[in-house]
Amino acid sequence: MTQAATAEKKKPTKKTVAKAVNSLDVSDHQATVGKNFADNAKMTMRNVNVFYDDKQAIHDVSVDIAKNEVIAMIGPSGCGKSTFLRSLNRMNDTVDICRVEGQICMDGEDLYSPKLDVVELRARVGMVFQKPNPFPKSIYENVAYGPKIHGLADTRVDLDEIVENSLRKAGLWEEVKERLHQAGTGLSGGQQQRLCIARAIAVSPEVILMDEPCSALDPIATAKIEELIEELSQNFTIAIVTHSMQQAARVSHRTAYFHLGRLIEVNPTEQVFTMPEHQLTEAYITGRFG
Amino acid sequence: MQATNILILILGLGAFAFFLGRGRSLALAKPLGGIRKLHSLPSYYGLHAALWCSLPSLLLLAMWVMFDDPLINSIVVESVAAEIAPTDAASYNLLLNKISNLADGILPRKGESAALIAAADHMEALRVISRWSLTALLLTLSGLGLLWGWSRISASFRARPVVEKVMQNILLACACLAIFTTVGIVFSVLFESIQFFRSVPIFDFVFGLEWSPQTAIREDQVGSSGSFGAVPLFVGTLLVSAVAMVVAVPIGLMSAIYLAEYASKSVRTYAKPALEILAGIPTVVYGFFAALTVAPFLRDLGASFGLSVSSESALAAGGVMGVMIIPFISSLADDVITAVPQSMRDGSLAMGATQSETVRRVIIPAALPGIVGGIMLAISRAIGETMIVVMAAGMAAKLTANPLESVTTVTVQIVTLLTGDQEFDSPKTLAAFALGLMLFTVTLLLNIFALHIVKKYREQYD
Repeated sequence: MTQAATAEKKKPTKKTVAKAVNSLDVSDHQATVGKNFADNAKMTMRNVNVFYDDKQAIHDVSVDIAKNEVIAMIGPSGCGKSTFLRSLNRMNDTVDICRVEGQICMDGEDLYSPKLDVVELRARVGMVFQKPNPFPKSIYENVAYGPKIHGLADTRVDLDEIVENSLRKAGLWEEVKERLHQAGTGLSGGQQQRLCIARAIAVSPEVILMDEPCSALDPIATAKIEELIEELSQNFTIAIVTHSMQQAARVSHRTAYFHLGRLIEVNPTEQVFTMPEHQLTEAYITGRFG
Repeated sequence: MQATNILILILGLGAFAFFLGRGRSLALAKPLGGIRKLHSLPSYYGLHAALWCSLPSLLLLAMWVMFDDPLINSIVVESVAAEIAPTDAASYNLLLNKISNLADGILPRKGESAALIAAADHMEALRVISRWSLTALLLTLSGLGLLWGWSRISASFRARPVVEKVMQNILLACACLAIFTTVGIVFSVLFESIQFFRSVPIFDFVFGLEWSPQTAIREDQVGSSGSFGAVPLFVGTLLVSAVAMVVAVPIGLMSAIYLAEYASKSVRTYAKPALEILAGIPTVVYGFFAALTVAPFLRDLGASFGLSVSSESALAAGGVMGVMIIPFISSLADDVITAVPQSMRDGSLAMGATQSETVRRVIIPAALPGIVGGIMLAISRAIGETMIVVMAAGMAAKLTANPLESVTTVTVQIVTLLTGDQEFDSPKTLAAFALGLMLFTVTLLLNIFALHIVKKYREQYD
């Protein structure tokens, strides 16, 4: 009996998983398994490497994000999913020591080409953060912030309309229409996060990146946001990083599993959670580590 | 024994008590199975004993030192022979000084009257009694305290809460001391001011438009009536402060924004301390820089434009003062700007705002209360600043809003009123206290205002 066969027979313990994790280095890493490319791609990433100084956080990731799909990125802490997400709207630019290699394109346009205007990019690729971060302004001013700096409204009436529509889309309008001019920071955590979503969609982005948008929220607020994501997916392309596998299973169409800076597997969500192709994905979703 | 020697002795006894108490608790703990069987750590038992030994004695010593001299003095003066007994307050003090100097051997005894010498001997005897009784009393008290603290030590004795409580009270006493000092200063200024307002009506002082504090010492002197209108001084102060703020606020604020938002880490590490060196330059250096370099430069510059600039102008003093205040504002503003959470910046940048839009629309509004608080503190600083204006602003109290002219400030006048030989009860000298009181009130109000804003700022985002 070979060693491998013995290992297979044994119930995988923490130790064997750790071995599998450790054995995964650059030399023997196979390309991402599963369906990481899409026909109607909105964003295409090819051989993306991200470095913090000398430390490589993302290794050779290639994946497509299709139009109007919700793609969930899961993986253990520190696996680079947030870093990857932040390189999609160049928010990593704010980190001095961060360097991105490879190609990231949206509608065929290279996001890292010197000709690209970051301001325009970020208007097209919105972002919602882990912790709700409304500005210490009124609810109205929070939502109107983006339209104002991008000159999307010529008159006050236009602006009012944008604000109302955004708040409606974010499912917040009924709750706040009476107090639009009160501080956004006075809302509850879940409301604040929906306000941040309203703020992001006020500039009509094409893609919305969500970095663990529910991790600071209670279950009821989380359910509302998840419902919202489903509705938003009709108009927007959404990439969501989450720590909750249930959440990934509930909201996403495809799921990407990251591990130690590598993209291990991308497959339709249903398949990932029922028949994962890669043993690491299986180990993670069955809760053996992470 | 001298009070200092006694103090050292008491502290020594306290240290001794500490080791004694600690030793006893350790000895108690050994048969019980280690210090874990004690209620408190051994050092708490030691501290408990030390506090009992030294604290009551220290309190007694403090009281004694405070009341010892006045008591002896009054006893001595009460009992002096009738022929030298004092008739009024002034002669009382004179007599007391004489007796005490004789007792200390500062004055020679030869040639003094027998009554005086007797009084001096009396005083010396009383002092000796006082000293020895104090020593005896303190030693007894310390010994008793030590015994008491030592005897209470047992495994179940709760020394820790007692020590904690005493420590808390000592800290409270220190805090009170600082507050009482402030209150004391305020009251001493207040009483002198009230004396001043007896000779000059308060209305004339606060709203008077003319300041010339020259009062005659002799009846027949010229210019005998001084006028004490403080308005020109406060206008001068405000003018100089305003010039200073015009220089300091924009430069300080913008350098803070640069340092907090734009500068790379390496630039920040060097630029920030370099900027703060400005705050370390003594104000007197700024003063002669203003008087000898900036003021003549401004005068010549003005002359070349056909403007007449006084060689001691508010502009020179205020400008240099502004430079002095730059680090004050920039470091306070830098702190509040850095305190704005990164998530605010991320939120704004992710909306596609540029860095300057983020600064203008999110960072500054979020940090504004803190920035305003910092500016208020800087204004207080400018108003109270003395050295630069003494050297560069001039002495003449002119009621003008023209920064090219020479003005004088409240602080300058306080300095000139109180330097040199002065009569202590003339309105001219007392005016300094009234000015000080008013200045204090103004800066106090500004500080309260600033603190209020800073407090409000804490509730901004969370």
